Amino acid sequence: MAGESADVVVIGAGIHGCSTALHLALRGASVIVIEKDHAGRHASGVNAGGVRQLARHVAEIPLSISSMEIWERIGDLVDDDCGFESHGQVLVAETEEELDVLRERVADLNARGFVHEELIDRVELRRVLPAVSEMCPGGIISRRDGAAQPYRTTQAFRRAGIARGARYREGVRVMGLGRQAGVWRIETTAGTFSAPKVVNAAGAWAARLSAMIGEPVPLEVIAPMLMISSRVPHFIDPVVILRSRKLSFKQFGNGTVLIGGGHLGTPYPDSNCTVLDWRKLKESARTVWELFPVMRDAGIVRAWAGIEARMPDDIPVVGPSRTAEGFFHQFGFSAHGFQLGPGTGAMMAELVTTGRSNVPIDGLDVARFQTKDPTSA
Amino acid sequence: MSGQRLKESYDVVVVGAGPAGLAAASEAARAGLETLLVDENVGPGGQIYRAITTTPVHDRSVLGKDYWAGVALADEMRASGATVVQGAMVWSLDPELQLGISLSGASQLISARRVVIATGSMERPFPIPGWTLPGVMTAGAAQTMLKSSGLLPAGKTVLAGTGPLLLLLAAQMLRAGGSIDVILDTTPSGNLTKALPHAMGFLLSPLLAKGLALKREVGRKVRVVRHVTLLAANGESALKSVTYTTSGGATATVAADNLLLHQGVVPNPNLAMAADVAHDWDVQQHCWCPVLDHDGRTSVEGIFVAGDGAGIAGAVAAELRGRLAGLAVVRDLGAGSGLPDSQPIRQRLQREERARPFLDAMFEPPKSMRVPADSTVVCRCEEVTAGEVREAARLGCTGPNQLKAFLRTGMGPCQGRMCGLTLTELIAEARQAAPADVGHLRIRAPVKPIPLSELADMPVEEPAVKAVVRG
Repeated sequence: MAGESADVVVIGAGIHGCSTALHLALRGASVIVIEKDHAGRHASGVNAGGVRQLARHVAEIPLSISSMEIWERIGDLVDDDCGFESHGQVLVAETEEELDVLRERVADLNARGFVHEELIDRVELRRVLPAVSEMCPGGIISRRDGAAQPYRTTQAFRRAGIARGARYREGVRVMGLGRQAGVWRIETTAGTFSAPKVVNAAGAWAARLSAMIGEPVPLEVIAPMLMISSRVPHFIDPVVILRSRKLSFKQFGNGTVLIGGGHLGTPYPDSNCTVLDWRKLKESARTVWELFPVMRDAGIVRAWAGIEARMPDDIPVVGPSRTAEGFFHQFGFSAHGFQLGPGTGAMMAELVTTGRSNVPIDGLDVARFQTKDPTSA
Repeated sequence: MSGQRLKESYDVVVVGAGPAGLAAASEAARAGLETLLVDENVGPGGQIYRAITTTPVHDRSVLGKDYWAGVALADEMRASGATVVQGAMVWSLDPELQLGISLSGASQLISARRVVIATGSMERPFPIPGWTLPGVMTAGAAQTMLKSSGLLPAGKTVLAGTGPLLLLLAAQMLRAGGSIDVILDTTPSGNLTKALPHAMGFLLSPLLAKGLALKREVGRKVRVVRHVTLLAANGESALKSVTYTTSGGATATVAADNLLLHQGVVPNPNLAMAADVAHDWDVQQHCWCPVLDHDGRTSVEGIFVAGDGAGIAGAVAAELRGRLAGLAVVRDLGAGSGLPDSQPIRQRLQREERARPFLDAMFEPPKSMRVPADSTVVCRCEEVTAGEVREAARLGCTGPNQLKAFLRTGMGPCQGRMCGLTLTELIAEARQAAPADVGHLRIRAPVKPIPLSELADMPVEEPAVKAVVRG
């Protein structure tokens, strides 16, 4: 049967799949994006929207920095500002011991040539975050960071890709993958697609695809939770992150406050459902209540969770398959992949079309999960 | 019983103490199941029997015989042994049958082996120009004031809309000594023709005689303008007048201090939707209804929906549905013996539902009042107009969940209760798609806002409750 074909099939229309598809189209490749639901339905559409270089694992810093350069001119690329605002992100130390750890981190990054993270003392912390509790001795700021609107961003990449010829096939589920005579055949609920190259950007569902090509990965499906408050008077500009107590915090222009930080609910990836864990959301509420007295009269209006992929080492799998030719991985962003979408898509388009990339992705190779004793899995 | 700590788990939790909830809780508790009945109001009764144990309106003719039938139900529930908590708000229910409940300023999590949602109906959104002005309220809100406090609107009062409850409210207000300047009936002139094929069921039901009597009673005292096609509330900071146009094309303006709007009731789906219960679009009633079996079981194991929340059918049907759900819960959990047979109850329910096709067709609200013109506000929380929604649909927005990212519609404190149906119909119209394909807002807990401090102070036990076997 003669199904649709293209140079590249991208599976998954989250921010990563949509970005890769757009950048492939910009390079002149023909692209089909296959998505089982609709673009941005899951983690890419419902995350906290953090555009953050701050506090990243060293292996993903190059992708984060290349992404930041795109974020700062995002309107030129996708014809939409994506709601991106840059008021910085601050990692707050609650104790002197925590501040010592942060001091070491900044020194280590500087030694590696990265200067986006800057140690700040109590005085500067109070200046950028007047509402923060007096007890905090300092932190790290990444001044170019900010936040954007995640669903709007994913849609903007999708629209920009379509405008440049990318074809989106939404509501289509991949049932099988096989390669014959140098061409991948992708069996779906809407017939067979074929392409010499395939990008696996299927997020929480990516392990199913990698298993189909004989490259199993230890991907955990998670459901990070967020909640949003009623409107309170403007009191904070930067995004705030706490480490020891799992909190992230951002106030929108309309006064509502987004409270996150990585507490997990229960995902049901087969039914697209999530169940919230109110015991953990209570902890978030308690932390906010203690650190930000201005929030004590606020209400909680809504809480939700997205379905996301997490790898055991909390960094993504990015790069070519080590078992199947013409197959590429771009998943497992472990609840911090939104900011990485623009740059990773650009890098991936380069890798897929030229076989190499200028942005280093050492440390993100799928091979890191294949060196272990296979019997231990 | 306010101020009390609830237990960590119950056999059955029934949400809502209207006729369905009272009947379901009675059946479950009588069979020996540990049953918790949770209700937001100060006393049992729901909307139909609101304040049945406390109303200051003692003249029984004012609220009518059907209202006072609620006394027996409330008594039955009290005798059944169910634990009842009033003034309690259920803000969360999930598919694992855990509930978040706010009571006397404190929240707690409890779990259940079965949950019966009996949260009833809500008034259908009635988006007309000016409907956000002070002085404009729903007829249901006016009825709440009358039943709970004996209060009537002061000044010039206009009732507008369609449906049997509009007439009932008018009669209740008049009997209580209130005055109504004019009733603007928006029932389209063609509805009777559409309804006639269903007339047989209606003729056989007791509702016909009751409806005609109400119509005569109200018609004797109040001017009724029929076939109103356009409606607008005017005023700067408060309502001053109401402008209307009839199907003949005549336009008039009447001075008004109060405009009471009503165009029927629809199931209140938010708690069920928050628990991922599957819903279908009802093409006749233009609303979402949960997908149920004949005992009220939903798509989520262990969760039932009973009463008008299962589809509008009135108080008697609600009570019967509550009994069916309660008995099904008892059988599921293997409790009780010598239970009444459900089949005769189902037959009575069918008789009770016989009049609905006629009423649904007769009082189908006109499209112009459900899918308004561009300048009309549809999302009150975020002040978004119908025109903005149509424009977003033109830009490729495929449904209400996608719309949230564009306009924040449905993301305010009302969680879409005031705009959800309008958004679905607006997008469906713009996309020329079926409402069922456009879908509904995904409802997120808390289904009503809770104070941050209450969540921060919530007592948290080790999640041993997770081990509860649903049976």
